[in-house]
Amino acid sequence: MTEHDSTADVVVPENAVTLDVVEVRSGAFGVHGSGDTSGFGGVVRTVTLPAPSVRPYGEWFDDLADELEASMGAAGIEKSAIRSVVVDRGEITFIVERERFRDMAQVLRDEPGLRFEFCSSVSGVHWLGDEGRELHVVAHLQSITHNRRIRLETTAPDSDPHVPSLVQLYPTADWHERETFDFFGIIFDGHPGLTRIMMPDDWAGHPQRKDYPLGGIPVQYKGATIPPPDERRSYS
Amino acid sequence: MTTTPDDTTGTWPGTSSAEEVLDDTFEADLDDVDDVDDVDDFDELSHDDYASAYETTEGKVYTVGGGDWDTIEAPAEGEQERLVVNMGPQHPSTHGVLRIILELDGETVTQTRCTIGYLHTGIEKNLEYRSWTQGTTFVTRMDYLSPFFNETAYCLGVERLLGITEQIPERASVLRVMMMELNRVSSHLVCLATGGMELGALTAMIFGFRERETILDLFEMITGLRMNHAYVRPGGLKEDIPEGSEQTIREQVALVRSRLKDTANLLVDNSIWMGRTVGVGYLDLTGCIAMGVTGPPLRATGLPHDLRKSQPYCGYETYEFNVATQTTCDVYGRFLIRLQELEESLNIVDQCLDRLRPGPVMVEDKRIAWPAQLSIGSDGQGNSLEHIRKIMGTSMESLIHHFKLVTEGFEVPAGQVYQAIESPRGELGAHIVSDGGTRPYRVHFRDPSFVNLQSVPAMTEGSFLSDVVAAVASVDPVMGGVDR
Repeated sequence: MTEHDSTADVVVPENAVTLDVVEVRSGAFGVHGSGDTSGFGGVVRTVTLPAPSVRPYGEWFDDLADELEASMGAAGIEKSAIRSVVVDRGEITFIVERERFRDMAQVLRDEPGLRFEFCSSVSGVHWLGDEGRELHVVAHLQSITHNRRIRLETTAPDSDPHVPSLVQLYPTADWHERETFDFFGIIFDGHPGLTRIMMPDDWAGHPQRKDYPLGGIPVQYKGATIPPPDERRSYS
Repeated sequence: MTTTPDDTTGTWPGTSSAEEVLDDTFEADLDDVDDVDDVDDFDELSHDDYASAYETTEGKVYTVGGGDWDTIEAPAEGEQERLVVNMGPQHPSTHGVLRIILELDGETVTQTRCTIGYLHTGIEKNLEYRSWTQGTTFVTRMDYLSPFFNETAYCLGVERLLGITEQIPERASVLRVMMMELNRVSSHLVCLATGGMELGALTAMIFGFRERETILDLFEMITGLRMNHAYVRPGGLKEDIPEGSEQTIREQVALVRSRLKDTANLLVDNSIWMGRTVGVGYLDLTGCIAMGVTGPPLRATGLPHDLRKSQPYCGYETYEFNVATQTTCDVYGRFLIRLQELEESLNIVDQCLDRLRPGPVMVEDKRIAWPAQLSIGSDGQGNSLEHIRKIMGTSMESLIHHFKLVTEGFEVPAGQVYQAIESPRGELGAHIVSDGGTRPYRVHFRDPSFVNLQSVPAMTEGSFLSDVVAAVASVDPVMGGVDR
C-alpha cells in the first residue's frame, strides 16, 4: 500500500451532495458502558435525512422550481434563500433560510403560477443531534388551484428558537403555531397571541422536545421503578 | 393582595379580593369573626359572597353562578355592561370537552373564543416509543368517530416511507375503502344525530343512532371491536373479513339505505329545522380557505374539493361517486351535504363488495408482514393454533422471525412524508418522520376537527347564542382528534 493519506485519493464528483447528518448513535439495545454484553458496543451509526436533490427533479417539480425561482427574483428574494431542495417519495421539500421563511410563503401564496393558497399544517420536528439546526419547522402548503402539495421547511437552533410566523398570510396557522410553540418551544415572531393551546397555561417545558424528561413509574415492589421509555432497552 | 389562612372565609383564592371589596363597602374587618356584628345586614353579606365581585382595570367584575342575578348592581350611568358566558367544557351541546367563551350583548354574540386541550393525551409523543405497527393502536384513538381514517392515513404514510405502496394487495385496498366508507356513514350519522339533538330534533337522534348501530355491528363482526379497531396495519390489514360476511354487509347496507329517508323526510323540508339552520353559521369560500376549513363546510361553499377525487389514494379513482356540494355556505348546506354523502358512501361500499376477489390482505414481504394471522380463540382473540404449531414445533427460524418482528418491528428508511386523506370532517393529514429506526421519530396529525374549530368565531360572532350550538354542530368537531 502507498504511504500517503488514503483520503487524498478520493475523487469527489463535482455535483456530489453532502448528506446532512442529523444524529450519530452508538451501541445497540440502549446499553452503554460495561453493561453491554451484546457485542454491538462499538457500532456507530449515523442518521442522515434524504440527500438534497439536483436537477432535473422529475414530474411537475421542475416547472414549479422554475416558476418559484422566477417569482423570487421578481420579489427581490436572493436565490440563496433556498438552502436545498429535497425530492423524496414523490414529495418536494424546500428547505429555506428562516429569515426568508415568511417571504417565501408569501411568494408561494400570491404568484398565480404557484398559488399555494391553502396551508394544511404547520408543525415541528426536534432533531436533537442536528447541531445549530435542532428545531425544524415544517409547513405543508397545498394549491387547490393547481392541485399540488409542497413542504416548506426551515430550521432554528435551540439557543435561538425564533421563526417568522405565517399567521398574517395564512390565518389558519394560528392554532398550528400555538401548538408547535406549546410542544417544541418554537417562538413564532409576529404571531398575534402565542400562548399554550394543549397543555395547561402554567405547564413547565415543551413535551414534544426530545430532551423533555419523561419520568419513570414507581411500582409497589421493593422500591423498584419502571424506567422512562427513552431509557429502557430498545432496538433503535 | 395576599391570602393568609386567617382572613379567608372560604377556600377559593378569589375570596380575598371579594373580601377587600366588602371591607371597603361595609368597613367590616373580616380578620376577626367577632366583628361580623359590625356589618349592617348579614344576609346581604352572604348574598354578595355568592355572586362575588372584584375590581379590575376594566371595572367591577361579578362572578355569577345562576340564581343570584338580582344581587348584581346595574351599571352606572355611562358605563357599559359586558356579559361573558362560559360554555363548556362540560356542556351537552359542545360535542365533548370543548370550552367556548362567549361575550354577549343580550342574545347576540359579540366575541367567541374556543379553548381546547381538555382531552390532550399525548398520543403523538407516545407513538415515538412504540414500534411502527403499534402506532395504529394509538392513532385509532385520536378521532374516535372515524378510527379507520386515522389508521389508513397513518398506514399509507408508513407504506410510502417503506416504498411498498405498489405492493399492497388489491383485496386489502378494497377492504380499506369499504371500511372507510362504512365509517364515513357511521360518523356522519353521529353528526346528524347529535346535531339534531342539540337543536331539539330528538327523533333525528334516535334515527341516527339506530342506523349507526347497524354499522357498528358490522365493525364488530369484522374487527371484533366497535371502536379503536387497529384493523388497518402497515402493509395491509390485521386480518381478512370473516367468511360469509359479504352477504351480511350487503343486507345491512340495504337496510341503512332504506332507513336514511327517515331522517331526510323528517328534516329536509322541515320549517323548524330550516329556521334553525338556514343562513346560520355562514362561512364563505374565502373564509374557509383562509381558516383552512375542509370537508362538508368547504363543500357547502360550492367548491367540489374532495381528496378522494383530486389526490386519490387506495384506488379511489376507480370508484364511481359524486362529490356533494351546496352553495349556501350555512349549516343547512352542510347538513344536506352529509345526507348526500351517506348515499354516496353506501354506493361505494356496494362497489367494494362487487370487486372483492379472494387473495391476501397483507404484503408478501416477510420482513414487514405481520407474521401471524389472528384467529378467535377461547379467550376471544389470539394467534391461530396452526401458526403456533408451525413456529414452535417445526421451524426455529420462523419462531425467531416472529419474535423479532413482533418485539423489535421493522426498520423504516429515514425521511418524511405527508399523507392526506378525506375523512368525514375534511383533510386528515399524517406527517410522519422516520430516522431509519424501528419506531417513528415524529408523527403529527393534521386533524380536520382541530383546524375547522378555528373557524367557529368567524361563523358565530354577530349571531344569536342559540346559533353557536348549530354552528358548532355543523363543524362536527371530535375532541379526541382536536386534542390528540
